[in-house]
Amino acid sequence: MRNWIEKQRYIIDFTISSLLRRKVKNFGLLALYTLIVFILASTMFFTYAIKKEASLILKGAPEIVVQKIVAGRHDLFPVSYIETIKNIRGVASVESRLWGYYYDSLVSANYTLLTPPSSDAAKPSAKTTVVESESGGKPAKPLYELNGAVLEPGTLIIGNGIARLRNIGKDDYMPFRAFDGKVMNFRIAGVLSSQSELVSSDLMLITGEDFRKLFGIDQSHVTDLTVAVNNPSEVEMVASKIKKHLPDARPIIRDEILRTYDSIFNWRGGMMIVIFSAAVLAFVIFAWDKASGLSAGERREIGILKAVGWETSDVIQMKFWEGAVVSLTAFFSGVILAYVHVFFTGSIVFEPALKGWSSLYPNFELTPFVNLEQLTTLFFLTVVPYTVATIVPIWRAATIDPDSAMRFTGE
Amino acid sequence: MRNSSLFFLYLSTGVFFLGLLLMHASFSAKAQQESLGEKSALVKALKLTDLCLFTEARYTRHLSQADLNTAFQDHPLSLEHFPSGSFTQPPERIIDRP
Repeated sequence: MRNWIEKQRYIIDFTISSLLRRKVKNFGLLALYTLIVFILASTMFFTYAIKKEASLILKGAPEIVVQKIVAGRHDLFPVSYIETIKNIRGVASVESRLWGYYYDSLVSANYTLLTPPSSDAAKPSAKTTVVESESGGKPAKPLYELNGAVLEPGTLIIGNGIARLRNIGKDDYMPFRAFDGKVMNFRIAGVLSSQSELVSSDLMLITGEDFRKLFGIDQSHVTDLTVAVNNPSEVEMVASKIKKHLPDARPIIRDEILRTYDSIFNWRGGMMIVIFSAAVLAFVIFAWDKASGLSAGERREIGILKAVGWETSDVIQMKFWEGAVVSLTAFFSGVILAYVHVFFTGSIVFEPALKGWSSLYPNFELTPFVNLEQLTTLFFLTVVPYTVATIVPIWRAATIDPDSAMRFTGE
Repeated sequence: MRNSSLFFLYLSTGVFFLGLLLMHASFSAKAQQESLGEKSALVKALKLTDLCLFTEARYTRHLSQADLNTAFQDHPLSLEHFPSGSFTQPPERIIDRP
C-alpha cells in the first residue's frame, strides 16, 4: 500500500511539473474552468436559497385570494359578492383587501399601498366578514399598530426601501397626487424594519379611508378578498365552488402562490437557461478539445515516457491525475468564491440583472441554505465529466507504439 | 516541498474551507430564524402574497397575482419587455399545455 501511495505521489509530482511547463495554456484553462464552476455554483446557491426562503416566508400567505376579472384583467371587487362566498360550505372567514400601486415620478419608483387588516380580523370566527368600512368618523382606538408605530388617518407606515430611496423617516411628510389631482400630505408614522425588506421594501401601509380618498374608490368596492377555509384539504374544493358561483371571479390558492415561487428562477427557463447553456457549451468545448485528440507535444511526451519504461496504466494514471488536479482546483476555488459572492456580497454579479429597471430594490441578505446534496450535484456536474473526458483519448494514445509517437513531429 | 504535497495541502485546505462554509450555512440559518420569523409574521399579519423582488412593473411585483395574460399586460402585442421577465417563467399551466 505504501509503495502504491508513493508511486501515485511521484506521478502527481510529474503531472504538476508537466502542467507547469505549459503555464499559460493550463492557467487559462483553470481560470475558465473556475469561472464556469463559479457561475454554476452561484446560480445554484442563489436560486435554492431564494426558493427556500420564499417557501418559508409565504407559508403564512392567505389560503385563497379572490379577484374579480373583467375582460381578462384584474378589476375592483364588489362588496356585494362577499355574501355569496360567505355562504359556501367550508368557508371560515372572508376578509377584504385594499391595495394598489402608486407611481412616484420624482424617483421613478412604484410603491405598493396596502391597507392592513383591521385588528379584529386577526382572530377570525366562523363566517366572519371583515370589510374596510371606516365611515369617516375618527375611530376610538388606532386602526393599526405595528412595532409601536400607530397608523391613523393622515399617516403612513413605509417600507425601508422607500425610506432609503426618498431619504425620509418618521414624522417626515410625503405628498401624493390623488385621483382628482388634489395633493394629499401624509405624515410618516413609522418605518418597517430593514430585516423584512424582502417582503416590505416598497410597502406603504395606509388607512382604508385614506386609500379610498387617494384612489377614488367607493365603499361598495375593494381590491380583492382573502378567504380562510375550515379544513385545509378543502381549499381546492372551496376555490372551485367560488368559481362556480361567481364565474367572473378568479380564486388564487396558496399552493399556486408557493408554486409560482418554486418555478421562479427555474433552471429550465429564462435567463437561467442562457447561463446554463453558456456553461454547458464551454464544457462541451473542453471535452471536445480533450476527446478529439492530443497535441503533438503531448503525444511525443507519452512516447518518451513509454520508451523510458512507463507502462500504459502509468500513463493513464498520470492523465487521470492531470484531470483531477485541474478539476478539483477549479471546483474548490469556484464553489468557495460562489458562496462568498452569494451570501457575503449580496450576489453582486447578478445584481444589475436582478434590479432590472427598478429604482426601488430591496437590500436583503439571503439565508444560506446550502447542503451536501447541492455540493455533490455540483461535483458530478463539473469534476467528473472533465476527468472522464481527459482519460478517454489517452487510452488510445497510451496504447500506441512509442517509436511512432516520438517520430510524430507535427507540433 | 514536493508538488504532490502542495496539491494535497491545497485539497485539504479546500475541504476545510468547504466544511467551514457548511458550518457557516448551518449556524447562519439558525441565527436568521428570527429574521425569517419576522418576515413570515409580517406576511401573515398583512396578508401579503408575494416577495418584493422586482418593482419595475405591477405584474412583476406581484407575480402570483398577475393577470392570466401577463405577456400582453398593457395592450395587445405589448410583449414582455422588462428585464425581470427573463428570470421568471410563465405559469405551469401554460408550459404544460400540449
